Amino acid sequence: MNKLAQQLMGWVDERFPATKMYKEHLSEYYAPKNFNFWYFFGSLALLVLVIQIVTGIFLVMHYKPDASLNASGIPVAFASVEYIMRDVPGGWIIRYMHSTGASAFFIVVYLHMFRGLLYGSYRKPRELIWLFGVGIFLCLMAEAFFGYLLPWGQMSGWGAQVIVNLFEAIPVIGKDLSIWIRGDFVVSDATLNRFFSFHVIAIPLVLIGLVAAHIIALHEVGSNNPDGVEIKKHKDANGIPLDGIPFHPYYTVKDIFGCVIFLMVFSAIIFFMPEGGGYFLEYNNFVPYDQLQTPPHIAPVWYFTPYYSILRATTSDFLPWLMALVAATGGLTVLTARNALVRIIAAVLSIVVLIALLTLEAKVWGVVMMGGSVMLFALLPWLDQSPVKSIRYKGSLFKSILAVWVVCFLILGYLGVLPPSPTGKIVSQVCSILYLAFFAFMPWFSRMDKTLPVPERVTSE
Amino acid sequence: MMFPKTFRFVASALLSAVLAAVPVAANASGAELRLDKAPLQFDNASLQNGAKLFVNYCLNCHSASYVRYNRLQQIGLTDPLIRDNLLFTADKVGDLMKVALRREDAKQWFGAAPPDLSVIARARSGEFGTGADWIYTYLRKFYRDDSRPTGWNNTVFPNVGMPNVLWTLQGQQVAHFVDKTDEHGVTAKHLEKLELSQPGKLSKEEFDEDVADLVSFIAWMGEPAQEMRQQIGLYVLAVLAVLAVLSYMLKRAFWKDVH
Repeated sequence: MNKLAQQLMGWVDERFPATKMYKEHLSEYYAPKNFNFWYFFGSLALLVLVIQIVTGIFLVMHYKPDASLNASGIPVAFASVEYIMRDVPGGWIIRYMHSTGASAFFIVVYLHMFRGLLYGSYRKPRELIWLFGVGIFLCLMAEAFFGYLLPWGQMSGWGAQVIVNLFEAIPVIGKDLSIWIRGDFVVSDATLNRFFSFHVIAIPLVLIGLVAAHIIALHEVGSNNPDGVEIKKHKDANGIPLDGIPFHPYYTVKDIFGCVIFLMVFSAIIFFMPEGGGYFLEYNNFVPYDQLQTPPHIAPVWYFTPYYSILRATTSDFLPWLMALVAATGGLTVLTARNALVRIIAAVLSIVVLIALLTLEAKVWGVVMMGGSVMLFALLPWLDQSPVKSIRYKGSLFKSILAVWVVCFLILGYLGVLPPSPTGKIVSQVCSILYLAFFAFMPWFSRMDKTLPVPERVTSE
Repeated sequence: MMFPKTFRFVASALLSAVLAAVPVAANASGAELRLDKAPLQFDNASLQNGAKLFVNYCLNCHSASYVRYNRLQQIGLTDPLIRDNLLFTADKVGDLMKVALRREDAKQWFGAAPPDLSVIARARSGEFGTGADWIYTYLRKFYRDDSRPTGWNNTVFPNVGMPNVLWTLQGQQVAHFVDKTDEHGVTAKHLEKLELSQPGKLSKEEFDEDVADLVSFIAWMGEPAQEMRQQIGLYVLAVLAVLAVLSYMLKRAFWKDVH
């Protein structure tokens, strides 16, 4: 029997590298042995991706992307969601898994990204892993945005209207561009159908491709760890890292435990508070979308609120602050950069941005700031100039600046849920500037920071 | 090992963020709406009474077009009972709760088409209370107002297009207003109290109980799977708890030789 199985495997391996791949990615992929709590979120993100894809497949079997009204005057799309909730056997559980999965995806991905920040997982030689990751994050945001239109509630329609209208801020072509994206002057059936297409096929294709690239790149260079040391520097006679353990079975069994704990939290939400207090399913989204009735308060879902706050903070009285930040970063670069070319580029770039800040209206900058504050993550591998990777060996300067940045990010997220207010505006402007300053001044404070000596081998607490 | 220093660091950062954000929250809310807590009861007797009131008083103008009549089996009714007592406008117990009222007509008569009530209890939730609280308060706060086309107004939903359909049960209320001057020197009418000017068929307590049953039914209708959801949830969590213990033991067994 065993011999037969071996022969069969041999037959396959001559035609497809099954055993080779199994070894490379699981049984002989050596991961550092000192992974801690923060290292659960990568595998959890993969689990949520699978949940979203599988539940999504079943939802598409019953959902109808149709904005026309049925006999009772309800949009067909909205009614089909309630049909899933009531008449499709087990439909409610599939729908709640998908809607809660969207929020869960952002929770685990935000924590996964924060892990990268803590332990310098974006540093050389892992820049490409990080860039693929930023791509995944952008895809996720697009996927969530397109998907949120589909239930066709008031927040779906008006949220999409607000976000698509942002493109109007682009000079000259903006107005036509936003109409082209919507396929209509307001969010309508044409918009619903194209967003459905993007949500179920276009973005998921790119997303899965990026996830594959993310994992292939990771397995090429090897995982970082909480100490930020390269385990490949110290190998035994067989070429196996001394501080490495095979991913399977060690991390597969550990991640199974992590998955079960995650599923407990996930199930507690699905079965006992699927609306997440109005944060996972917004109350106003139980009202069908009406093009003629704007809700008094349009709030994005919680995972977009930090960036929504930054958008709202960028008013005309905020531009001088931005100019000061650009001038400071540009000036510092010109004064301290070693390379003459870098100095010239920095000077020219700062002057161009300063002139643009003086001429273009605040609306444009709101959009630039919102998009830019996400894109800034992509620059981290080059902004962080610290001699050490891990927070464990960084000094108090870096630690306190990171703490301030985290607090700012959370405050921005909280303020984005609330209706605009004068106090909220000032607080969000201060937090936006600090959010940007974290990236803008990182090359300097990461170098000034008094770091601790890094051990040769990984440590265990 | 499981919760390193960095975790504690993030926890303290989270806490300080919450503390910093609290004063802003107080500023953000606008005019306050006082809602009475709806005394919801999800036993079959209350839900059946609620269903009777809903079909008799609401389901003439408002549809519940995602709900099938035979869904009421779930609250203890049988198909013949539903057919004989609740089926006024539909032919089959498997039909959806639709209304004959045409939306264009309703728009002309009331100024707005009456919304579908299937998920209204979920839609009306907000910062002042649950959707059930809102409906419970709204249905009891109608008063006579001759300046309105229907002769009725409401303190929860001012100038609402809907008249008080429960007036034969509740009776008629009149509103007493007092002039109040705020700190900016602007004088405006403020509601002091609602007073029963003409009694209805029911006492105040009986009426409140009936409205509570009706609202319970509307809340149940918003998510009929809710009870089953919570029952299944307990089993799921129990199974996962066992799995958590087993998977932790598995992990421990495998990791014995990692030093």
